[in-house]
Amino acid sequence: MNPSEIHERLTSTFGAAVVDAKLDAAQPWIQIAPDKIDQVCQFLAREDDLAFDYLMCLSGVDYNNGTLGVVYHLSSIRHRHKIVLKASCAKDAPHVASVSLIWGTADWHEREAFDLMGIIFDGHPDLRRILLPADWEGHPLRKDYKVQEFYNGMRVPY
Amino acid sequence: MPETRILPTEYVTDPNLRVTSSGKTIRSEEMIINMGPQHPSTHGVLRLELVLDGEIVMDVIPHIGYLHRCFEKHAEHMTNYQQVIPYADRMDYLASMNNDWAYALAVERLMKIEVPERVEYIRIIMAELQRIASHLVALGTFGIDMGAFTPFLWMFRDREKILDLFEMTCGARLLYNYVWVGGVSHDLPSQFVDQAKAFCRYLKPKIKEYNDLLTYNEIFVRRTANVGVLPADVAINYACSGPMLRGSGVNWDLRRDDPYSLYHTLEWEVQVGKGEVGTVGDCWDRFIVKVREMEESLRIIEQALDRLPEGNVQSAIPKRIRPEAGEIYVRTETPRGELGFYIISDGTASPSRVKARGPAFVNLSVISEISKGAMIADLVAIVGSIDIVLGEVDR
Amino acid sequence: MGILDLKLENSNIIVTSVDRLLNWARLSSLYQMQFGLACCAIEMMAASASNFDIMRFGVIPRATPRQADVMIVAGTVTIKMASRIKRLYDQMAEPRYVLSMGSCSNCGGPYWEHGYHVLKGVDRVIPVDVYIPGCPPRPEALLEGLMKLQEKVRKESIAKKSA
Repeated sequence: MNPSEIHERLTSTFGAAVVDAKLDAAQPWIQIAPDKIDQVCQFLAREDDLAFDYLMCLSGVDYNNGTLGVVYHLSSIRHRHKIVLKASCAKDAPHVASVSLIWGTADWHEREAFDLMGIIFDGHPDLRRILLPADWEGHPLRKDYKVQEFYNGMRVPY
Repeated sequence: MPETRILPTEYVTDPNLRVTSSGKTIRSEEMIINMGPQHPSTHGVLRLELVLDGEIVMDVIPHIGYLHRCFEKHAEHMTNYQQVIPYADRMDYLASMNNDWAYALAVERLMKIEVPERVEYIRIIMAELQRIASHLVALGTFGIDMGAFTPFLWMFRDREKILDLFEMTCGARLLYNYVWVGGVSHDLPSQFVDQAKAFCRYLKPKIKEYNDLLTYNEIFVRRTANVGVLPADVAINYACSGPMLRGSGVNWDLRRDDPYSLYHTLEWEVQVGKGEVGTVGDCWDRFIVKVREMEESLRIIEQALDRLPEGNVQSAIPKRIRPEAGEIYVRTETPRGELGFYIISDGTASPSRVKARGPAFVNLSVISEISKGAMIADLVAIVGSIDIVLGEVDR
Repeated sequence: MGILDLKLENSNIIVTSVDRLLNWARLSSLYQMQFGLACCAIEMMAASASNFDIMRFGVIPRATPRQADVMIVAGTVTIKMASRIKRLYDQMAEPRYVLSMGSCSNCGGPYWEHGYHVLKGVDRVIPVDVYIPGCPPRPEALLEGLMKLQEKVRKESIAKKSA
């Protein structure tokens, strides 16, 4: 299935949840509303002719204009097609629905996006920091992050 | 005659009380034990929190992040796309060539650069040599976790020959900074082709020796067969890749199924686990997939060495790397699985966001699913068979 | 050791051959705590394999810090790991030595500038005896660093307090 057909299926099933799309890019992407992303992903994973059973990558992005985003790279081992989904949220209220019940791998990817970018995934069973210590202050991959001077008595910067 | 006891009613509802066969009541509880960041068998700084019932593992909670070296932050601050390559080296330090190539491929696709054919063949040769070197370390350390010391020494001895080839080409033994965006840093020296062919002839009988010593050894088979069985649908759901996915019987290899470079012109086969000595998807299957992949890599290297054309390896390296605004996700097959780089460019000379999707990070998340009910010694086998490199798990 | 220390505190001539014997024994059997963090750990493993063979110097890897004499900090020390390294160092029995292998544990290495989670040198948490530069240092460089440590041990004396 090519990306425009996938876009057709999504708009006909979900209507307003499909916010935007860029189908002529090198890797076409479809933007979904952040609270509906789990329903869209459930549809994409369960439908027989779509069968997106493999979540390649889930990345948190800071767009440096007051919004954060999550980018989902999906692929299908059965049908060998790929699609990119995006979900954006405001920086001061970064809530995106969690897809960890659909793909088990999203569990750790979402924890990492929360840890490094501060995006809160609603519905995640265990959202806590994964790479940094539990009492770390701030989310380092944000563009406005300032590194802390001391952590437990150890000087952090050089 | 064992005495029988009538338990008071409140004891009946307490799950921790057990009555032994001789009629005595004993209290048992679950223990939480740390297999801490410093442990000889965790292959690096990984902390596993084990919830144990005696010797049986009820649950495993991995704690990672002890080697988080801020790769993505560094990538954003570099003034040049080429400067990210040494950091990409150090992510999966056993497979530096493959890491460099994945990143360079991502930037090349973003900028639509075509590399000369000689560069493609050199990259294939280096990547497959690196795959053999990485599998030798993985199998050697897996053997030493099981108690077999000799294969570790033999495999490291053979790995030194590969490192000699790398050192001859680019000067480094472990972290090369060799594959650059648009080419490679040094051309092959004049004696490389002969020595590489001699190495391929040398290693083939050695792989047979490893099989005789370790792979079909009864103790090794008893310790790894039917241990840590990963069913194929769980593997796909948890996005496992590489030997983990192929060991579970899924015939999926990115070099053939999402092709890049010139792999599709060479003759080689994808090795899949078939459950020869146990169940499909157990630790032994993941082990034999790696052994057979080494043989396939030797085939690929010999073919590529024969077809190596002449050319200038630096002709396509751009003077200024300034891709137009856009984004791309590119994945390649490293010894551990699918390494993906998601790069967002905003039109300036440094990337706006580089996300590295490490295969070891994703493969490790499945450990709590496959180790329920195993014993602690089996857990050591499972962790060894997942073949994690903490630099890639934590980035 | 305590009684010898007290009795021979000011008599330097008598302790010379005892010193030489003890120092020779110590430097020839520096049991290493098997503790690799990152890429330098692979070069440390290559050093204990057959091509470079660190065991002929008497350096045997022991998994527990209680039985180890030298801790080779090989690899990047992150802030999350630093408190554990301090704890492991405290668990080692004296005389104990620390070898910092690689530029990450010497001074933060390539991650010094933007590494928010990297400790810029393991000597911010534990005292280091020998620094081995390199990224990663070759196994021969590790052997040379070990020999420098052996030089240091050779010059010690039980008449003075050891560090």
